[in-house]
Amino acid sequence: MIEVTSAVIDAEKQKRALCNAGAGGYCSFEGWVRNENDGRLVNRLEYEAYEPLVIAEGKKVLAEALQRFPYLEARCVHRTGLLEIGDLAVWVGVASAHRDEAFKACRYIIDELKMRLPIWKKEHYADGDSGWVNCERCAAHDQR
Amino acid sequence: MSGSEKTILVRYFAMFREHAGVGEETLSLNAATAKDVFEQTRLRHGSKEPNGHCKVAINDEMADWSSPVEDGDTVLLFPPVAGG
Repeated sequence: MIEVTSAVIDAEKQKRALCNAGAGGYCSFEGWVRNENDGRLVNRLEYEAYEPLVIAEGKKVLAEALQRFPYLEARCVHRTGLLEIGDLAVWVGVASAHRDEAFKACRYIIDELKMRLPIWKKEHYADGDSGWVNCERCAAHDQR
Repeated sequence: MSGSEKTILVRYFAMFREHAGVGEETLSLNAATAKDVFEQTRLRHGSKEPNGHCKVAINDEMADWSSPVEDGDTVLLFPPVAGG
């Protein structure tokens, strides 16, 4: 299950939804909004997502993780909109019979999510400036 | 490189939307591939983003830069992603 939401993510509710009698454990990853990036003070973050393809690509990622690290249940939720420092931006949870699959599948899902899903992050800095993460850096690289 | 004139709905996201000043626009383009659409809209809006870090989708399916575009297609231009 993959979801995009503008509402606060309820991690406990997500965790309960992973319940499976065959599960011997579960592993989760929480991505939080941090107050700095590349030495700049960050006040808040703004996330934008193209939901139809986040869902379609996200389902592929979960299916790939299942094939590599057979788990029992997996869920992933990503926030959109304006988030404050400390807010939960993304939650990934995996339940499996043994811990190895849960750790590895969870890692696979968050890594692929960051690389592949059409989600963008704009940082609003303490100095009043703002910028899209990864974009300006690529542009600078292109000009060299 | 070139193809016949096609009517393409181009959708912009995040930084691209800010560069373009609109979320989408219908353009008549002499474009054969997704890369042609990217390059032509890039010139149109003065964007400096190289396509190497960007992604493209055609009609809500992830595509390659070499994917052909057809008259009536919707091309979605995604700047470098940064989820998580």
